[in-house]
Amino acid sequence: MNIHAIRAIYRFEMARTFRTLMQSIASPVLSTSLYFVVFGAAIGSRMGAIGGVSYGAFIIPGLIMLSLLNESISNASFGIYMPKWAGTIYELLSAPVSYVEVVIGYVGAAATKSVILGLLILLTARFFVAYEIQHPFWMLAFLILTAVTFSLFGFIIGLWADDFQKLQVVPLMVITPLTFLGGSFYSISMLPPVWQKITLFNPVVYLVNGFRWSFYGQADVNVLVSAGATIGFLLICLGVVWWIFRTGWKLKS
Amino acid sequence: MSPLDATTSAPDAIVSVRGLSKHYKSGLRALNNVDLEIRRGEIFALLGPNGAGKTTLISIICGIVNGSEGSVHVDGHDIVRDYRAARGLIGLVPQELSTDAFETVWATVKFSRGLFGKAPNPVHLERILRDLSLWEKKDSKIMALSGGMKRRVLIAKALAHEPRVLFLDEPTAGVDVELRHDMWEMVRRLRESGVTIILTTHYIEEAEQMADRIGVINRGEIVLVEEKNTLMQKLGKKQLTLSLQSPLESVPEGLREWPLELSGDGQCLTYTFDTQGNDTGIAMLLRKLGELGIDFKDLHSSESSLEDIFVSLVRGGV
Repeated sequence: MNIHAIRAIYRFEMARTFRTLMQSIASPVLSTSLYFVVFGAAIGSRMGAIGGVSYGAFIIPGLIMLSLLNESISNASFGIYMPKWAGTIYELLSAPVSYVEVVIGYVGAAATKSVILGLLILLTARFFVAYEIQHPFWMLAFLILTAVTFSLFGFIIGLWADDFQKLQVVPLMVITPLTFLGGSFYSISMLPPVWQKITLFNPVVYLVNGFRWSFYGQADVNVLVSAGATIGFLLICLGVVWWIFRTGWKLKS
Repeated sequence: MSPLDATTSAPDAIVSVRGLSKHYKSGLRALNNVDLEIRRGEIFALLGPNGAGKTTLISIICGIVNGSEGSVHVDGHDIVRDYRAARGLIGLVPQELSTDAFETVWATVKFSRGLFGKAPNPVHLERILRDLSLWEKKDSKIMALSGGMKRRVLIAKALAHEPRVLFLDEPTAGVDVELRHDMWEMVRRLRESGVTIILTTHYIEEAEQMADRIGVINRGEIVLVEEKNTLMQKLGKKQLTLSLQSPLESVPEGLREWPLELSGDGQCLTYTFDTQGNDTGIAMLLRKLGELGIDFKDLHSSESSLEDIFVSLVRGGV
């Protein structure tokens, strides 16, 4: 294991994060705060509690997930896309590193950043609404698992993308709709029966509900199903990354 | 080193390329059955016109491009099966000025060393930066540097992990005279410390000055590999040019046995001869000229440069 290489990549990526602190941390925290103000404090006060949880508190897990998914994907995809775009990828390709080390470095850094962001949002939420965390260990586990999984997914997007538009298209056209329709702002039981079934095909439903369960001990889907679905997606992403590095697809001609 | 490798590569070869081919899906054959041995500690210049396959060859050895057929060993390590050991020995300075714009010089050099699996060593990095006159710029962002400085940064990155084999792909393209001079100084120093250097260049006089051996690649095939001096001797032709006192209309009948060329204005006679021959025929020629009463006011001889040789090789003339 080339530990020095993992450390070098990880540090490089974290340095990039701190260089762009406004964009990478401050701006997601601010935009999530706005959600809390609008949906939690302003509109939420007129909405009934869901399963005994106030609306403002109910949306916290979903909002954190929303940022977590977007930031994980954009961090990781940008991290690996930039060297491809700037041409500096030659160094990574010619270095004595295996794909495992490359992935640990890039995905590890992207996930770290997302977890920090998630915790910051959680902290910020405290200023707007009261909430409880029944299973802090599981909360952290879901946070980390989701950050890692979607950083891996973002890493794949970054490898696949050959222009900036492709880099944006999946987060904008796929992830954002899936998160909004994934029960971030409502309980599935509020949907018409047909949509209750259809929505189960949306992977984000499992993430949001697993995460929400760790807060309030209740969710629309079983927590084990949630964890299983997330881990399943993680394994798929790992498989794809392994295949990309083995074949050199989009990396080596 | 496995027993197989020991038998397939010469003992003094540090890079050994066997039957290497590269074809792209488009049908383009970038490399065709290339065999090449780079000797330990030498400076090897790879010459070839644009698109000949120089960069492809280097890219395969360094692991950036996958070869289609054949094998490459670096100090006995197969570049695919034993890529860690092989790549750890190699430093690459690419042709393109690809750098991280927002990083500082120090951070990027430190990154390179770590990426190649070496423990941090600020003393070594400082020495490299000082050698390359980059020390004063170590805290500058790379985007603030000039093109020549960026080129130095790339060299510093390639040297950060103390490679044993250094590839320089067109290192002096677009570089000013001073930097080029510094760079060759550094290459010589590196060679003295035992580093093997493989460079491609368009400046043939550079290869002529620097290299121990020269390889010429054309249309994906190695056309020739030769000691530079042998090459110069073997292929070198000398020319004797005579400026005449009074112009001639044609080469006189009595001089037919020498391959002479008369310039358009009839003022100059040029005699081309091989340096290898024992008898150059010059003495006879001059005597004959005297007999014929052809006076000349000046004469000079010139040796064909590597450039001439190169051009004739690539055109398939030799």
